[in-house]
Amino acid sequence: MKKLIIYSISFLFSGFLFAQKAETTIKKDTTKLKEVIVLGRRKLSNYRQEKTLSSIDDFLEKANKITMVKRGNYAWEPSLNNMNSERLTVTIDGMQIFGACTDKMDPITSYVDVSNLEKVHVGSGQQGTENGHSVGGGIDLQLPASKYYASGLKTNVDLGYETNGNYKTAGLDLEYSGNKFYITTDGIYRKSDNYNAGGNEEILYSQFEKYNISLQTGFKLSEKESLDANVIYDRATDVGYPALPMDVSLAEALITSLTYNYANDSTLINSMESKVYFNTITHVMDDSKRPDVPIRMDMPGWSDTFGFYNKATIKKNKHTLLLNINGFYNRSLAEMTMYPNDPNQPAMFMYTWPDIRTLYTGIYAKDDFSLGKSKTLSASLRLGYHQNNIAKDEGLESLQIFYPDIDDTTSRFLTSFSTDYVYKKDHYDISLGIGYGERAPSVSEGYGFFLFNSFDNYDYIGNPTLENEKSIEANIKANYHVNKLHIGIESSYFHIMDYIIGDIDNTISAMTIGANGVRVYNALNYASIFDVYVNASYEFSESFSANGTIGYNYGKGQNNKNLPLIKPFSYLTEVSYSTKKFNAALQLEGNGNQSKYSSFYGEDETPAYAVMNLNLGNVFYIKQNKLVLKYGIENILDANYSTYADWNNIPRQGRNFYINTSYVIF
Amino acid sequence: MKLKYIFPFLLIGLLATSCSTDNDNEDQTINEIENLVKIKEISNSTHTIELYNKTGVFTTGYNNINIRLKNIATDAYVEDATLSWMPIMQMPTMQHSCPKSAITKVAGKSTVYEGYVIYQMTNTDGSGWSLTLNYSIGDVDYTATDTITVMQNDTQNITSFMASDDSRYIIAMIEPKEPKIAINDLKVGLFKMENMMSFPIVEDYTITLDPRMPGMGNHGSPNNTNLTYNMTDRMYHGDLSLTMTGYWVLNLKLLNEQDSVIKGEDVTEQNSQSSLYLELEF
Repeated sequence: MKKLIIYSISFLFSGFLFAQKAETTIKKDTTKLKEVIVLGRRKLSNYRQEKTLSSIDDFLEKANKITMVKRGNYAWEPSLNNMNSERLTVTIDGMQIFGACTDKMDPITSYVDVSNLEKVHVGSGQQGTENGHSVGGGIDLQLPASKYYASGLKTNVDLGYETNGNYKTAGLDLEYSGNKFYITTDGIYRKSDNYNAGGNEEILYSQFEKYNISLQTGFKLSEKESLDANVIYDRATDVGYPALPMDVSLAEALITSLTYNYANDSTLINSMESKVYFNTITHVMDDSKRPDVPIRMDMPGWSDTFGFYNKATIKKNKHTLLLNINGFYNRSLAEMTMYPNDPNQPAMFMYTWPDIRTLYTGIYAKDDFSLGKSKTLSASLRLGYHQNNIAKDEGLESLQIFYPDIDDTTSRFLTSFSTDYVYKKDHYDISLGIGYGERAPSVSEGYGFFLFNSFDNYDYIGNPTLENEKSIEANIKANYHVNKLHIGIESSYFHIMDYIIGDIDNTISAMTIGANGVRVYNALNYASIFDVYVNASYEFSESFSANGTIGYNYGKGQNNKNLPLIKPFSYLTEVSYSTKKFNAALQLEGNGNQSKYSSFYGEDETPAYAVMNLNLGNVFYIKQNKLVLKYGIENILDANYSTYADWNNIPRQGRNFYINTSYVIF
Repeated sequence: MKLKYIFPFLLIGLLATSCSTDNDNEDQTINEIENLVKIKEISNSTHTIELYNKTGVFTTGYNNINIRLKNIATDAYVEDATLSWMPIMQMPTMQHSCPKSAITKVAGKSTVYEGYVIYQMTNTDGSGWSLTLNYSIGDVDYTATDTITVMQNDTQNITSFMASDDSRYIIAMIEPKEPKIAINDLKVGLFKMENMMSFPIVEDYTITLDPRMPGMGNHGSPNNTNLTYNMTDRMYHGDLSLTMTGYWVLNLKLLNEQDSVIKGEDVTEQNSQSSLYLELEF
């Protein structure tokens, strides 16, 4: 603890040093978040969203660099720059929260719903390190800002229905906004039966049911200070995972936070935000609905996180400095009980995550300064102290079977920095960036104990002796607009050292019945990941436009082996028509043949596919109230297909008719 | 100011400690068999022999036994006796004994003696065994005999077998007493049945180890080591790694001094279990 305090203090000082140094050189700034995706639901008139009631997963999938890895129809795992959970920092409004499932069946995005959020901030690579260290980037799901609009009560009712899977959604929002006080509460309920893939092929165990309620309230302490409290409760039951041998009987999260805000334009510190938070997740995997299993088992998991952050924006002269000091303490515990078919034998038990405690404290600083009218240079730095501790003796002893010399505690320092340069002119803009980042191994990578991966059919064992994974990154982004034509290109390259991935260990026999063997987490000397997206759009008229995007991704490890889950050539084209009260869009979306698959990590060649979607929307004004109607057909041609991101090639939804209605009462 | 609040707590703490110390002093006279349960008393006209262990029952396999010898006339425990024992199993046509240790005084205790007996079998109702204790105090020899009850252990913690060298051997598991999900110290005793009454310890053989879980596809565990003879305690020791709780079969092979297998087979796809094995459950 003493050490921790010393580290924290030294971080603080290093932060100040950085700040002072920056002050001398920095000039003007325009703070701009790199990739802000505004969720449509609270800004319905934007027509950004095809479905007002789409899930966060659906929503994220529309972003360029994000792909959702699917194990079923629920709880998709976001992948950014071809990197998944362990290589990303996914936070809720800056709050660290970690899934409680050893098999990644509960990405954080599954514990919030669109109704809880205002926008999603996606930072690619080292631009996404504001809340934590990552290699691939950061996704911050942001809660609504305080609303002291004095607009009184506003009610919003949502109903949705989709034919495929008999999917029903209902939501209710109540919002009261006063001068010094506001309160918003919302609830959303979703239930779907098994969906059908193209050609009416029912996908068994793809059902789910969930509800989510949240409450946010705040009041002003003074003109410059306010206090906000937020509680989100999310509960999913009876969630099927067709791609996995087990389902989930309960996934439950309670997410709470208390925030103090300070804003003052006339002081050095323009704004300050301090938050303390706590969240707890319970996740229960079970296989009681599966008729045929080699052995019955229960696999519950728990994850609790306490944390804080302290954010300040300092604007002086012509530069803006963002400082963020944060810390968290997480406890991850998961266990597995197997019931032998011979009733005379006792149940078999083990800790799959042997009560791992993670403590992190760090500081982040980012500075943007303008080198002239059209040039901006920005730099960011994150330094952190990261500690893992195996709290249970049983846990330490069980890992010592594989690593006799390990200690119960591992500490590491993590460094991330990036810098980018933006040049902006009337007709074009260009930004160049480089970065270096490190991340600690995840709990599974470091301490997992016989975690079965159905993708490559191996049991995985964590490795507490792993080095930090390190990444050197370069990115470029350029846009060119002339008249009604817009062309953009966006590309990133990552050279990742000590790339953590499972390595086959022939000396260990698999625990899971039918598994091919055991892999132990280890590191490749290096791996390279590259992605490039080119998009173009043209406005034929004020209301009629066309746009298209093509993407290419590449991922290879040392000795030229393909990495798993690398997106093949992809494309999306859309023609859209929109007026104030009506919009329509026809989409064609597809992937090329996945020729660079990784058979070593359980992939096979996923064939090319293309699907067509039609989206329509109307807005009606009834007296003061507003009715928004969104409807359309997904996968019009009822293609039976799966993508490279579908776990074990589970086919995606076939043709689906949907309708979403929102009624807003002012 | 602060001390004022802390002081009463300090005082309470001190008082509480002193109280418990008093109790400890009173208990000390009978402390020598603390945490032990009496299994059986065997008496003759002069002495009562009390047999203790942790559970209060004899089971097949390794039994560590604590013994006290009480003079019936004086009610005092004898501190300077020399003891030996002979367990006998009465079969319909013959009788035999089993592996056993010498009886020694427990270090640091004045009235307690200890030793082990390894019962290799029993009748289903626990009958058949008797135990004779021969002891001398000063120059006088005594003896006492009684039947004892030996219950069948739930798992096979002992195995008695004929090896390819035409000798009969006994392997008994001694440790781990409380298996853990960890690398456990596996300790077994290896005895040769010289005749019906003599079971000497066998030295310098090797026992290979392959633990498996038949309830889960017969998977094994990593980083086990073969058991080798330890001159100090005259038992065989090896590392036994158990990756989860449950029912384990410890498949063994017995190798003689020339490293040739004299009992047991490898576990393969075709052969799920060695003919030489022990069982363990936790």
